[in-house]
Amino acid sequence: MSTTVSTPAYVEPVTRSVHVAATPARAFEVFSTGIGRWWIPTHSILASKSPQASVTIEPRVGGRWYERGEDGSECDWGHVLAWEPPRRLVLAWQLDAQWEFDPALVTEVEVRFDPAPGGGTDVTLEHRCLERYGAGAEAARSGLASEGGWSGLLERFRQLGG
Amino acid sequence: MAYQSAFAALADPTRRAVFERLRAGPVSVGEIAAGLPVSRPAVSQHLKALREAGLVRHEADGTRRLYEVDPRGLGELRSWLDRFWSDSLAAFKAEVERPRAKAPSTRTSPRRKAPR
Repeated sequence: MSTTVSTPAYVEPVTRSVHVAATPARAFEVFSTGIGRWWIPTHSILASKSPQASVTIEPRVGGRWYERGEDGSECDWGHVLAWEPPRRLVLAWQLDAQWEFDPALVTEVEVRFDPAPGGGTDVTLEHRCLERYGAGAEAARSGLASEGGWSGLLERFRQLGG
Repeated sequence: MAYQSAFAALADPTRRAVFERLRAGPVSVGEIAAGLPVSRPAVSQHLKALREAGLVRHEADGTRRLYEVDPRGLGELRSWLDRFWSDSLAAFKAEVERPRAKAPSTRTSPRRKAPR
């Protein structure tokens, strides 16, 4: 598997996979340009606290990955690192531990769409370069101290998940 | 919580430098100290803090003690992301497999859908 990092990973990546009854091309399309149709709307970090209206991945390398609120405000989450339909998509996830966009932080989310032996598509997602969170630890520490920081969000998602 | 102590432990620049030294593989205190402008006892203190934060572990190699990154470090962050992506992929699967004859979801992207 190709990678855009040269340093060894020293925090194990998060890897999840799911089988879908669709072709790789359709799975890729729904995941990327169709992300606004399935993204869980509470997974939102808009500063305005406005309800989430849309999530967008612009279909090209360098394209923005962002959300927009019903009030029109936008929040960047990252950008497209690799756009290789129908088999591979790599996104930069650039949210720091305070849940704010940090252009200096790049963690990577690679999604692969492989034809499954029995039909359909195996979708595999890897979120890596998590060790880079260590570099932002100075900022993270202050964020962690507040309810609105990482711990607050963790708690919020825990409650959502029940 | 574990992830909080991990971030707090890495907030110290020297400690972060010590942690960075472990990226290439297990190393001894002496090897770490050789590349840094700090004493061996100071390095040992930093390693102790990193161990207590769950970021570093050690193993015996003869009479030497070798330190390495504990891959379970930042575990809270990892487990949160694990669950985050599980939930997200489940929602993605539901959308991909939703019969296309039905009316589209009201939550649509502002962008036009790419041609199939």
